[in-house]
Amino acid sequence: MFLMEALKKDRGGQVLLGVLLVLVIAVPLLNLLVPEGHALHVPTYTVTLMGKYLTLALLAVAVDLVWGYLGILTLGHAAFFALGGYAMGMYLMRQIGDRGVYGNPLLPDFMVFLNWDELPWFWLGFDQFWFAALMVLLVPGLLAFVFGALAFRSRVSGVYLSIITQALTYALMLAFYRNEMGFGGNNGLTDFKDILGFDLQADATRIGLFIASALALALGYLLCRVLMVSRLGRVCVAVRDAESRARFLGYRVENVKLGVFTVSAMLAGVAGALYVPQVGIINPNEFSPLNSIEVVVWVAVGGRATLYGAVVGALVINYAKSYFTAELPEIWLFALGGLFVLVTLLLPRGITGLLRRKEASA
Amino acid sequence: MPMFKPLARPLPFFALWMLITLMLGLSLQARAAEDETLAQAGALLVQKFDQRADAVALLVERDHPRTQEILRLLQDGELYYRKDDDRLFVIKSAETGAEALDLLDGSAVTIEKKRDFKKVTLNNQMRNQISQALAEIGLKAEDPKRRAAAVRELLGALNEDTVSVLRNRIGNEPVAEVRELMVLALAIQDLEKGDEATRLQAIEQLDGSLEPPVRNALTALLGSDAADQVKRQAQLALNGIDEKIRYYGMLETLYFGLSLGSVLVLAGIGLAITFGVMGVINMAHGELIMLGAYTTYVIQQLMPNHIGASILVAIPAAFMVSALVGIAIERGVIRFLYGRPLETLLATFGISLVLQQAVRSIFSPLNRSVATPDWMSGLVEINPVFSLTLSRLYIILFCLLVFVALVVVLKRTPLGLQVRAVSQNRAMARAMGVRSKWVDALTFGLGSGVAGVAGVALSQLTNVGPNLGQSYIIDSFMVVVFGGVGNLWGTLVAGLSLGVANKVLEPWAGAVLAKILVLVFIILFIQKRPRGLFPQRGRAAEG
Repeated sequence: MFLMEALKKDRGGQVLLGVLLVLVIAVPLLNLLVPEGHALHVPTYTVTLMGKYLTLALLAVAVDLVWGYLGILTLGHAAFFALGGYAMGMYLMRQIGDRGVYGNPLLPDFMVFLNWDELPWFWLGFDQFWFAALMVLLVPGLLAFVFGALAFRSRVSGVYLSIITQALTYALMLAFYRNEMGFGGNNGLTDFKDILGFDLQADATRIGLFIASALALALGYLLCRVLMVSRLGRVCVAVRDAESRARFLGYRVENVKLGVFTVSAMLAGVAGALYVPQVGIINPNEFSPLNSIEVVVWVAVGGRATLYGAVVGALVINYAKSYFTAELPEIWLFALGGLFVLVTLLLPRGITGLLRRKEASA
Repeated sequence: MPMFKPLARPLPFFALWMLITLMLGLSLQARAAEDETLAQAGALLVQKFDQRADAVALLVERDHPRTQEILRLLQDGELYYRKDDDRLFVIKSAETGAEALDLLDGSAVTIEKKRDFKKVTLNNQMRNQISQALAEIGLKAEDPKRRAAAVRELLGALNEDTVSVLRNRIGNEPVAEVRELMVLALAIQDLEKGDEATRLQAIEQLDGSLEPPVRNALTALLGSDAADQVKRQAQLALNGIDEKIRYYGMLETLYFGLSLGSVLVLAGIGLAITFGVMGVINMAHGELIMLGAYTTYVIQQLMPNHIGASILVAIPAAFMVSALVGIAIERGVIRFLYGRPLETLLATFGISLVLQQAVRSIFSPLNRSVATPDWMSGLVEINPVFSLTLSRLYIILFCLLVFVALVVVLKRTPLGLQVRAVSQNRAMARAMGVRSKWVDALTFGLGSGVAGVAGVALSQLTNVGPNLGQSYIIDSFMVVVFGGVGNLWGTLVAGLSLGVANKVLEPWAGAVLAKILVLVFIILFIQKRPRGLFPQRGRAAEG
């Protein structure tokens, strides 16, 4: 009832959750029951693609939480996403067991290739799913906590914060490219076989992952919505719009920022963890600063500080990206770049802002 | 009265004619003698080792002008003879279908069968003979640099014959530098062969020299059965040399660091204007650098025969191209977004994607190669363990030049005054009659143009490709933020010190880890001093 309260005035959220519910029911049915070749059949490839988009949408929601409501323009959220992804990737790597190319029961292929004798300490425990799942939350959360504690305490804000978040993800990218780090270097982690005993290539597993992604997005959305309609949410907006004033009124601005930033990083980690089994690979490129900026653009295109706008932006742009890079690769960057400029100049409230205005005027 | 009346005085004219004929005859005679020598030597060279050695001796003795060339060919194993007619050929690669040049008349022949030709091989004795002969020829050279090089080759490789040659020459050597090298060569010889007193004296002479053979000789002496007294002195001299080598090693690191830092400063200084002075976050800054690099490429394509001058033409051209693009960006996009830095960031990022793709579509996604002019390649050798690469030296100088030019523009010109006025207090500046919009466009153009100039410098250092800008954008922001926004001096100090820090860390951390450490350092530093090394003071800073 608490949830109902939070969603009551949230038309966008209602629509979003409704659509997710329909998808969760319809897509598996259309994939499994409708025979192949039928007009309504949804191929497994599409299911996985949609699952991937949903995880990216969750990442966008996490970014919208800190950018839309707190005014922190993070250019490093891909780092948390990738860390969650690596945690999951390490679990999947350990699940391969002795089915790798070298057939070593103890070590992943790339370690055999590097002539390592034993598993590094930070790989211990990743053969257990519960441990990996915990790390998916803890590693990004801890990094965000430490980083945020340092940055917010010293009142680094605005552009400076954006730039050091970018430096953070850039440094992590360089670090993960190193073979000595023990995360597979350039090639990253790949060749996954199964998850929780289910074959990753099987249709049923893929549908399971799709449903998990939809659920995660729905839950993540609800969590953010509940947080933002609460008192904390209003403090957040106050911090965004008038930081000094909020501080003078006695709010511990640093703690608010730190808490929300950490939650957002954990959400990004979950998104990454669900993303990796569906695309089948995680490599240091996921840390690239470009990716983080792209996420911000999804949010901007969808509409800031609405949460569902972030989802819309992520889905629309990623669909467009898949379409253009396949059909008109030359055009894609022109289109994306042009979109950034047009949206910031003409649509400061994003696509959903356009819809809302129509609604208001009607 | 005319000084010279040849027709009126037939006698001198005739004498002149006689003289010319005579000289011509003599020179013809000399040519004939040379040809004969060459023919004799050639005939000997195709025989057994002993005859080959005679041929070398003959060439050296008659002082034939091509002696050096032939000896080097022999040393490098590029001299062959044809089995049919014993003619000598120069062959770079003995493959079927490759070219063989006739040694005597230079005509080219294609190798039809590899087996038709046989290499003129050498034995060890002949190798010694040839290197000694080459050294002696080198010692007689007119050019002191070539004499020095010849002596350097003799360091640690003297034998009885060359020792006497050196001892004879040392008194006549006019150039002090070459003489010192000769002393070193003889001292090394004394170190190996002499008694205790000579050895001690030799060590004294060798002390402080950085020539690698000196160090080798001293190390060898420590391992030999020399007297303790000698060994102690040798150890001392060796320590001194090592100390010096370490010192120059540090200088070299500093030099590399400064040159890397100059690159960072060049990449960042345009940003220091657009970001620092105007407060505009221009994510397309890297692409403006890239445009500068591509301009260099295009100019080189336009004037392929004047690579040396093309760089000089490219500097103003790149400035103009990037500045115009920058002004277009400012007029078209950024001016609508003043006061909204985060939106500016997104819009300019979009522009950067468009520019990247434009370059990719026009020039292909592959890297383009930009030639380095001759005057930029080469070394300035300070001493045997420390030399400055010219290209790095030019980068440092260029960086300082650009920096000084910018400081002068901002501090000494009416435009600079207006730029500073607008950045400090826009409303007040406008009230005083400054056309602030016009100033904005020009400032942005200036910053962008400087980025283009940086692109010219970078085209000499890295690959020119569509991703060139992206790889520098983060570094540039780091430099500007570390130095303190709105402060050109801060940018200079920050760039140079980050460059040096990177190079100092590199030997023990590796290049990538060094970069990571520097990034982490900056992140931590920003926590401590959020406004950089040299924060802007006053109200303007509180924005």
